[in-house]
Amino acid sequence: MRIGVGLPTTVPGISGRALLEWARLADGGPFSSLGVLDRLVYDSYEPLLSLAAAAAVTGRVKLATTIVIGPIQNTILLAKAAASLDALSGGRLVLGLAVGARKEDYDAAGVAYNTRGRRLAEQLDSLRDIWEEGRVVPKAVRPGGPEILVGGLSDVGYARVARYADGYVHGGGPPRAFARAADKARAAWFDAGRPGAPQLWAQGYFAFGDEAAEAGARYLRDYYAFTGPFAEKIAAGLLTTPQAVAGFVRGYAEAGCDELVLFPTSGDLSQLEQLAAAIGSASEFADSYALPGARA
Amino acid sequence: MNSVGQPFAERRATRIVILGGGPAGLYCGLLLKKANPGLQVDIFERNAANVTYGWGVVFSDRTLASFQRADYKTYTQITEQFVIWDSIDVRYRGETIRCGGHVIAAIERRRLLNILQERCAELGVGLHFGVDVSSLADLPMSDLVIAADGVNSFVRREHEELFKPQIEPGKAKYIWLGADKVLDAFNFIFHDTKHGLFQVHAYPFSGTSSTFIVECEEETWQRAGLDSAGEAASLAFCAGLLKDDLNGATLLSNNSRWINFPTLKTRRWHGEIDGHRVALMGDAAHTAHFSIGAGTKLAMEDAIALATALEQYGDIEHALDEYELERKPVVDTFQRAAQESRTYFETLKRYLVLPPMQFAFQLLTRSGRITYDDLHFRDVRFGDRVDSWFALSSRVSADGVRSSEGDLAAPQYAPPPMFAPLQLRGVTLHNRVVFPVMPGALDSGDSDSFLQQQINVIAQGGYGLALTPICAVSPEGRITTDDTGLYDRERRAMWAVFVRDVHGKSAAKVCVQLGHAGRRGATEPRSQGLDRLLREGGWELLSASAFPYTRKSRVPKEISRREMDALRDYFVQSAVAAHEAGFDMLQLNFAQGYLLASFLSPLTNCRRDEYGGSLEARARFPLEVFDAVRAVWPASKPLSVALSATDYVEGGSTVEDAVVVAGWLKERGCDLINVLAGQTTPAGEAPFGRGFLTPLSDRVRNEAGIKTMVGGYLTNSNDMNTILAAGRGDLCVVSPR
Repeated sequence: MRIGVGLPTTVPGISGRALLEWARLADGGPFSSLGVLDRLVYDSYEPLLSLAAAAAVTGRVKLATTIVIGPIQNTILLAKAAASLDALSGGRLVLGLAVGARKEDYDAAGVAYNTRGRRLAEQLDSLRDIWEEGRVVPKAVRPGGPEILVGGLSDVGYARVARYADGYVHGGGPPRAFARAADKARAAWFDAGRPGAPQLWAQGYFAFGDEAAEAGARYLRDYYAFTGPFAEKIAAGLLTTPQAVAGFVRGYAEAGCDELVLFPTSGDLSQLEQLAAAIGSASEFADSYALPGARA
Repeated sequence: MNSVGQPFAERRATRIVILGGGPAGLYCGLLLKKANPGLQVDIFERNAANVTYGWGVVFSDRTLASFQRADYKTYTQITEQFVIWDSIDVRYRGETIRCGGHVIAAIERRRLLNILQERCAELGVGLHFGVDVSSLADLPMSDLVIAADGVNSFVRREHEELFKPQIEPGKAKYIWLGADKVLDAFNFIFHDTKHGLFQVHAYPFSGTSSTFIVECEEETWQRAGLDSAGEAASLAFCAGLLKDDLNGATLLSNNSRWINFPTLKTRRWHGEIDGHRVALMGDAAHTAHFSIGAGTKLAMEDAIALATALEQYGDIEHALDEYELERKPVVDTFQRAAQESRTYFETLKRYLVLPPMQFAFQLLTRSGRITYDDLHFRDVRFGDRVDSWFALSSRVSADGVRSSEGDLAAPQYAPPPMFAPLQLRGVTLHNRVVFPVMPGALDSGDSDSFLQQQINVIAQGGYGLALTPICAVSPEGRITTDDTGLYDRERRAMWAVFVRDVHGKSAAKVCVQLGHAGRRGATEPRSQGLDRLLREGGWELLSASAFPYTRKSRVPKEISRREMDALRDYFVQSAVAAHEAGFDMLQLNFAQGYLLASFLSPLTNCRRDEYGGSLEARARFPLEVFDAVRAVWPASKPLSVALSATDYVEGGSTVEDAVVVAGWLKERGCDLINVLAGQTTPAGEAPFGRGFLTPLSDRVRNEAGIKTMVGGYLTNSNDMNTILAAGRGDLCVVSPR
């Protein structure tokens, strides 16, 4: 299992310079990817633009959206932006798409919330074709364009993974919740007769130290306030010690996760350094739990 | 008094009213009062203190642990009154099969209520019996009303817009009786009478008495004249039915009558009604079929959760959210299991074909929560008997003809079911595990090395059967340009080498799957998605009717009779070639939206000739192909069909259709059905997950009476052994983990 780190683009008040510094530091660390989240109505940065800026100061890490709310975007513009970002970064983009969970974002974008599933399916059906046609995008670095992941927890979501995507991206939670979702994604994949196995991505939140943990929990309660009482559960899932990270990493590795992206809840660079130190030992552990024959 | 003047976040309850003096209401009342003696708690019960229905209630050991933590005094009193046993007896066709290791405890419902009432009184909970509350306005003002007033809760019924309840009445009729009979196990008793099947759930609940729940289909109930029978006549009928089981004991009624079990789910468990904050609890919020014995347990666990939440959070609203959030997933899980169990008992008739041991195993594993490994662990002797029975029933004689069970002695020990052989005509698979050759680049320069790699996996894996991906019967029958087939000399030679090498390196047999892509043909390799039209090249597509598969797919041509003849001949030629290539078994693809499947589904077949219309007409051409292939495929080799058991689309094919088609195929010499589902159109939504095809395989196998192969993401031995021992399938297709 590979471990990536989130770019704190949804932490309110963070400066552009701090984000770039974070990206630069992450590129030098043990991380395999930089992840971004998407939220329209919030004090947060646009995900693809953030990754484009990160691309300029990094050379190694994959740049992953986990996820972008696809249906609120115009598909051909999204296709062009993604292809451009992929070309600018030398083929490092992993484009995760999902319907998201907030009606508010749809209202603000002027897109009917009840069309989200259909719009996502149509978008997924078009992206690869647009990239391959090459009429409106720069020349693809990789044949077929960027890797596509789909998120979501409904039966039709897993069917979309198998039909259109390269893998599945899980929204968060304890390892056993991921394991159930991963089973569904793999079941759909094999049922569809896709060769190999779906790429399975997942994510979690971390904040080391008492003060950071408290601030992190406050941030999560605010960020997920739209989920009602569930926000409390998300805040309670915050990883606040290297031990908790090790347990989380182990659980996800055992469940067959390919890439786990750990998101910060503040832009403090010392958090990134502490995470790098914590996963140094944890990733060794994760490797020893890789399932034989699981990956293509 | 409602504490209106206080800031919201600090509104602690000072007075709580509970509707209903059943186990949940009483237990919640005493827990609340114990935690907070200053709180005023009042319970209103319609009946008098000693009037109650029902006989005994059951609890598992896990529930007992939570009682112990919640209130030690009543825990001790309850457990002192317990009857505890650890066996389940299945009485069927004159045999009694016992499985141990299921720790279950029961108590007389009346004693349970007495213990809880006494404890309530001791702690100072206000108990008001014989008070019929029919409106919230009749209640004193309080901070919270807990509606624990049962499945007919008036609060919930009058405020459906708030709680959004869904009630689904059960299809079966049942009656709750007692008997002065001592039982030493939980008993599932089955009596197949001239009226139909009756099943009985019986368990002890005191030193002298047992509960007997008698259940049957509505039609059986009517045929037996029970629809017009009163209490006495019903009792007399059941006493006659259970004469041998009661063995002289008396069957008793307590206001008992025949009812249908209502399954209740509610979207919201709490809300505000005319200034009253109301929470639903127990049967008022949810019910779970009695066959899993969880109703009282769930209700009392609700009581613990709500009392704990109110203690933990000062704010009532927050506590109620927490209560709902904590309990709903647990209740959902039990309701799913109860639903499985209820459906099982409602459709049990189909399992009367199973031999007693398999019938018992199917029954014990019906809810999906108990598996082969669980039963082995709980009762190793039972587990060994299952293995031994399975080995005996799979035993193959030296001349390849299966002996009847009666002639043979069961082995004392046998390997698990997945390692039992399976005889199909003259071919014996040495075990029940099927390896699907992975889809991949089968038609390129790399295909030889790809197949060699697969051969090594098969050889090292010890599988009983290797199943090829769909091989096209003609070049136009390919799905993608990665596909291969049996339509020319070069490709036949490649498969002959494959079969030779598998046979040379392993004991596995090899089954070829023949198909034609139909309207899903001429697509890009599936490395980057399904059904993506070939960018360059491509060919004319054929289907039962001229509908494209996706909005971007090429529109197929409606296949003509002449083309149908040609297609049938391609299948025949490929079958002959498959035999020559050495394949042991052949499978025809009638599934997942490919050409022959497009005839079967009403979603994709709107032909006006004799091949469209009724199911019989839609199946006509696929069956013609089957007959033609059966005629040339050697009689000593098995022929199977991969069949979509449902389209997962409203108006599409259903499992009932699949059972009918499987029956027709069986009559024509089909040996096995590979149960698949979905993909008839891109719209079908399969409930993906571990073993998602198993329930469909179960129905096709046991209703059509034909052996089945089932996949649907099986990745461990426990899943496979459970399917095989329960008779839900005969061969298991593994998936990589």
